[in-house]
Amino acid sequence: MTDLERRQDRAPVPSGWDYAPAPEARDIVTLEDRYGVFIGGELVDPRSGEYFPTLDPSTEEPLAEVAQAGTEDVDLAVHAARDAFENGWSGISPAERAKYLFRIARILQERSREFAVLESLNGGKPIKESRDVDLPLSAAHFFYYAGWADKLEYAFPNRRPKPVGVAGQIIPWNFPLLMLAWKVAPALAAGNTVVLKPAETTPLTALLFADVLRQAELPPGVVNIVTGDGRTGAEIVKHENVDKIAFTGSTEVGKAIQRELAGTGKKLTLELGGKAANIIFDDAALDQAVEGIVNGIYFNQGHVCCAGSRLLVQESIYEPVIEKLKKRLQTLRLGDPLDKNTDIGAINSKMQLDKITELVAAGKDEGAEIYQPPCRLPEKGYWFVPTVFTNVAQSYRIAQEEIFGPVLSVLTFRTPDEAIEKANNTPYGLSAGVWTEKGSRILSMAQKLKAGVIWANTYNRFDPSSPFGGYKESGFGREGGLHGLEPYLELDESEARGG
Amino acid sequence: MAKAPALPSGFELPLEPRLPRIGSVDQVAVEERAASLARRSIKRDAKLFALDLAVRMMDLTTLEGQDTPGKIAALASKAIRPDPADASVPSVAAVCVYPNLVPVAVEKVQGSSVKVASVATAFPSGQTPTHLKVAEVRDVVEMGADEVDMVIDRGAFLSGRYAKVYDEIVQVKEAAGQAHLKVIIEVGELGTYDNVRRASLLAMAAGADFIKTSTGKLPQAATLPVTLVMLEAIRDVHHETGRKVGMKPAGGIRQAKQAVQYLVQLYETLGAEWLTPDLYRLGASTLLNDVLMQIRKEKTGAYQSPDYFTID
Amino acid sequence: MTRLPVKKTYKLFVGGEFPRSESGRTYEAQGQNVARGSRKDLRDAVRAARGAVGKWSGMTAYNRGQVLYRIAEMMEARTAEFAELSSGTSEVEEAIDRWVWYAGWADKYAQVLGSSNPVAASYFNFTVPEPTGVVGVLAPESPALGGIVARLAPVIVGGNTAVVLASESEPLAAIELAEAIATADVPGGVVNILTGHRSELAPWLAGHMDVNALDIGGSDGDAPELERLAAENVKRVVRGQADRQSPYEIANFLELKTVWHPIGV
Repeated sequence: MTDLERRQDRAPVPSGWDYAPAPEARDIVTLEDRYGVFIGGELVDPRSGEYFPTLDPSTEEPLAEVAQAGTEDVDLAVHAARDAFENGWSGISPAERAKYLFRIARILQERSREFAVLESLNGGKPIKESRDVDLPLSAAHFFYYAGWADKLEYAFPNRRPKPVGVAGQIIPWNFPLLMLAWKVAPALAAGNTVVLKPAETTPLTALLFADVLRQAELPPGVVNIVTGDGRTGAEIVKHENVDKIAFTGSTEVGKAIQRELAGTGKKLTLELGGKAANIIFDDAALDQAVEGIVNGIYFNQGHVCCAGSRLLVQESIYEPVIEKLKKRLQTLRLGDPLDKNTDIGAINSKMQLDKITELVAAGKDEGAEIYQPPCRLPEKGYWFVPTVFTNVAQSYRIAQEEIFGPVLSVLTFRTPDEAIEKANNTPYGLSAGVWTEKGSRILSMAQKLKAGVIWANTYNRFDPSSPFGGYKESGFGREGGLHGLEPYLELDESEARGG
Repeated sequence: MAKAPALPSGFELPLEPRLPRIGSVDQVAVEERAASLARRSIKRDAKLFALDLAVRMMDLTTLEGQDTPGKIAALASKAIRPDPADASVPSVAAVCVYPNLVPVAVEKVQGSSVKVASVATAFPSGQTPTHLKVAEVRDVVEMGADEVDMVIDRGAFLSGRYAKVYDEIVQVKEAAGQAHLKVIIEVGELGTYDNVRRASLLAMAAGADFIKTSTGKLPQAATLPVTLVMLEAIRDVHHETGRKVGMKPAGGIRQAKQAVQYLVQLYETLGAEWLTPDLYRLGASTLLNDVLMQIRKEKTGAYQSPDYFTID
Repeated sequence: MTRLPVKKTYKLFVGGEFPRSESGRTYEAQGQNVARGSRKDLRDAVRAARGAVGKWSGMTAYNRGQVLYRIAEMMEARTAEFAELSSGTSEVEEAIDRWVWYAGWADKYAQVLGSSNPVAASYFNFTVPEPTGVVGVLAPESPALGGIVARLAPVIVGGNTAVVLASESEPLAAIELAEAIATADVPGGVVNILTGHRSELAPWLAGHMDVNALDIGGSDGDAPELERLAAENVKRVVRGQADRQSPYEIANFLELKTVWHPIGV
């Protein structure tokens, strides 16, 4: 044997495999130093004269300055929307409206990499998620609703659908572009015009979207984008020339909006928080169920209203599930959101990080047992290690309150009825997961769970044709599907009632 | 003493009491997980590491009616020195041949680290009486084969005669003596991932040193999802019994990019301990040149042409 | 000196390719020699259509919608050529918009045509529409472009594949359409277009045992005979109109499947 051969024969087993950095190129995005507000088809300086920085949460590096839109700015935006509604948009034939939306969808597909990088940069989510989930779904939403624009009479037969007018839309920071698509696409398809406020910490993809509207040649004023914090949102809600409000965000703010609108007759839809139960039966396909648990709570760092944040595992299968889960957590890769191999990105803001930290401390104090895989956090930026709490009681804060972070609380159950009881024992009702190989049990659980979206043998699946929304304090109204058009239409019933 | 848990009928075997639960596999979820792992981006040093490993894990294969000593000689030479222009490229793990060609193969790899694996048990169909299959195994071992790749009796498996499948493997393992045994479950004929898991667990219970996806003679051979299912079964057996069984996906792996994806899947499912030819092999023939081309591309920076790599 | 243009050869469109008729025949229409399809060409077209059903119906509805939208994109780019071969730009624009309209139905007709049914026992019961398979279409003699598009779009948006007999007197627009389709990411075999003599080809299409449905809207008095031939394998027979668009045009070529499953622990 030669030396070489001897070496090969005795080649030692490696102790690990370091996947070299695989960064997505950042230079595809061009950032301005400062952005105004997008009103009447143009980016203009805010009348308020106020700006604030927006950051990359993985490095705390400021990316740009964006406007803090004030009362006057919101007023201008609403007027532009009203103007466009009255003098253009609702008069355009529905088939032509559809074509604008198809254009927007196609342009988003064409510029998808640019948007994905910007989304990860500004929001902290891994590039593989913005690239493979957020962008394709955003384009798909526009494509889907484009098709309804000139078919409303089939969606609502006999009801003479008409647009409501100007829609005020306030969206969250967890899926900035996708939430924009969920709001804008159906609103426009139904013939409305829009004033949209992106979340305070994630304005950039919405502002880049204004450029897509330019390329699509959308008539000015149909979509207006005003950036700012909660004060800007409040202005939109209060404005008397807005006909409908759509809000996605925390339950607390949702209730405030509902109170504000009481007595005004304005239409409202709310998509609020959740504390979903992810229920694993002992006959589940185990390895796939574990993958589903991980997807349910660690996808997007747990910043998901429908996250499976409570694992309800049948006691007979408790040990194998927890064991596999802990092992699986050890292969999660946390780090630079722009690295293609990153699974867990940054927490969106300092505020959110503080909230997660506080609740996790409460969990420990109340007596739950914590597990976190070994994980080295970067020095700068907002990060939280994926966490599992076992020995959790139903009454602990970590089992009741929405954490909105990568923290899973594990509880057990013995029978299907007990699972239902525990799953439904919450003021929330957005989503739930059921894992079992038995078909009849899936359907029985689906029937009894008080949640607007039920995932069986899967989790966190979204599609523009599939209605999404909550029961109880998780909000009301549905987004997606034929049902997602309803909040944006005036539906006449006089014909049905016989005149 | 506690009684082993009851198993579905047909599985009436003297199984070790702690065999992991048979269980089901969700098709959509497992295919999604495999696809997600396949999207890992492995670059530069990490990629070279994987490509080098891929060569060292390869079972360079020729299984054709038209195989001759001349063909085996060329194959062996390629196996020992895959890239004459680059001495740092290691030898492959083994050559894999039909029984008649074992003596030639043994002669040609003598003095190198390359092993000789022989298929046996009426490969590829397995449709022959057990005693003939066992005799074949004894013969190839006597002729010098270091490893035996057997096929399970799919006819028996699909008609529920699991005991027969199990017994055959046990007998073959005995006949193989010191040679290590790979059991081919032929995933392309099993129809469902549930069956793949079942067959894998059965083979491991019967003493397989390695489980292998396919004979390579059917269009449906190794895929990332099917291999993932088998790795998960290996993981369960390791967890329950401490035994480390090896994995060999075979057939349909033609590009270096795929080889890297298989290794990523291996690493993230079983960990670094399995990153060795002692526990993982790639059954392939045309894959080697593509891997060599990729190695050269990583080292020189230029995209390569097949003209510069020998066809043996 | 004026430049001599290179004239196009008008061939059949089968399996994503442009073969001449196996019979080697042509006929003259609109000042051009056009392939005169034979029963063997028709046989090949049906085979191609059948071969494409699995892939086309297996694509997601969203994907199919995008493909139809791309047909519109490809047609838009050829508006001037199409205008020459039909009654003019407005017929072309209407045809393009027709593709866009039907593209939008791909991922929606299931919600309008399907249902979940509240049966009086503990079962989950739902009805879904599915494509019928291979559809034979007799395109209207006229309008040359608008006619074939109005009948073809509702057939394929539902996941069916089509064998179309083009207008006999004005076939060129149909072949131009085939060229747009061939560059629009439509899998080969989903759309097959044969030019030739209607009276020769239609009976073979109507009687073909591997065709699931027949649109005889474009037939010319020979409808009763074609309907009789269609009965041999119980084809779904539709009298399509060129001036109509609706999800029920799509429904004409769909089967309804109802599934029951118990609900229990």
